[in-house]
Amino acid sequence: MRARVFVTLKPSVFDPQGKVIADALHSLGYGGVGDVRQGKYFELDLAATEAAQARALAAEVADKLLANPVIESYRIEID
Amino acid sequence: MKFAIIVFPGSNCDHDAHHAAQDVLGQQAECIWHKDTSLNGADVVILPGGFAHGDYLRTGAMARFSPIMSAVREFAGRGGPVVGICNGFQVLLEAGLLPGAMLRNVSLKYQCEFVHVRVDQVDTPFTCGATAGQVLRIPIGHGEGNYFAPPDLLRSIEANRQVVLRYADAAGRVSDDSNPNGSVNGIAAVCNEQRNVVGMMPHPERACESILGGGTDGLVILQSVVKWVTAGAHPAEKLALHAS
Repeated sequence: MRARVFVTLKPSVFDPQGKVIADALHSLGYGGVGDVRQGKYFELDLAATEAAQARALAAEVADKLLANPVIESYRIEID
Repeated sequence: MKFAIIVFPGSNCDHDAHHAAQDVLGQQAECIWHKDTSLNGADVVILPGGFAHGDYLRTGAMARFSPIMSAVREFAGRGGPVVGICNGFQVLLEAGLLPGAMLRNVSLKYQCEFVHVRVDQVDTPFTCGATAGQVLRIPIGHGEGNYFAPPDLLRSIEANRQVVLRYADAAGRVSDDSNPNGSVNGIAAVCNEQRNVVGMMPHPERACESILGGGTDGLVILQSVVKWVTAGAHPAEKLALHAS
């Protein structure tokens, strides 16, 4: 199975890269774009055959390595 | 006394730290590879600057899994003085030995320059030779030195006097103008609650010899720990010693 892990800075944490990207989009004329948040995206190929098992493993590696819980949160999709 | 300098793949300030400890301070110093498991009887541990394990995921994120970190954790747990400099600071944060986390500099640029830092706490092994409020001129070189702690954690760090150094101007005033990276409250260095583990973004080992032209204020940090260790008392007794 495949797990997709999206890691982003928590809403309360200032994202300097996202701010620069938002400013760039505004200067390109995209006034309809508001805030931008940049994050990381991981695709994990897993040996697991059950979605619940895959999700548990993806959460474990996200907690242990992929995300820093002080500043980041993550979301997992399984397919 | 003996310094241990931990060498991760990608460390690049290890030799500078070794040179400062051995050739400038005249102490024993040993570089210890990250796959080793013993600190070989060291009295002080330095986690040097660089890019441990490449910093590909997050700065310092991989290094906490290196075998030597168990020995560092054990050494720190029994009160041994540990300092993380720059990337070493980032490693200590990721390892949970210090509170908080690092974000990209607000400028999004790698900041490489001399800065002034104000010594706010002098009851740590690495600042016991300084005076409270003393301003040191020491270089920084980092892209992710924007120290962050969520509001509750920040309050507790400040209440426990864990902010050891703050970016300031030459007169010791802390302001946005003197803050090179956007760190919350101008934080340049923090310690743990037990005060024996310190992380700092400035590089004291780069400011130890006048021949290099940048002054010798870094010696205040490194000579502090020599004073601390050679005093020979238990860490708790040393705190009392210093307070008196």
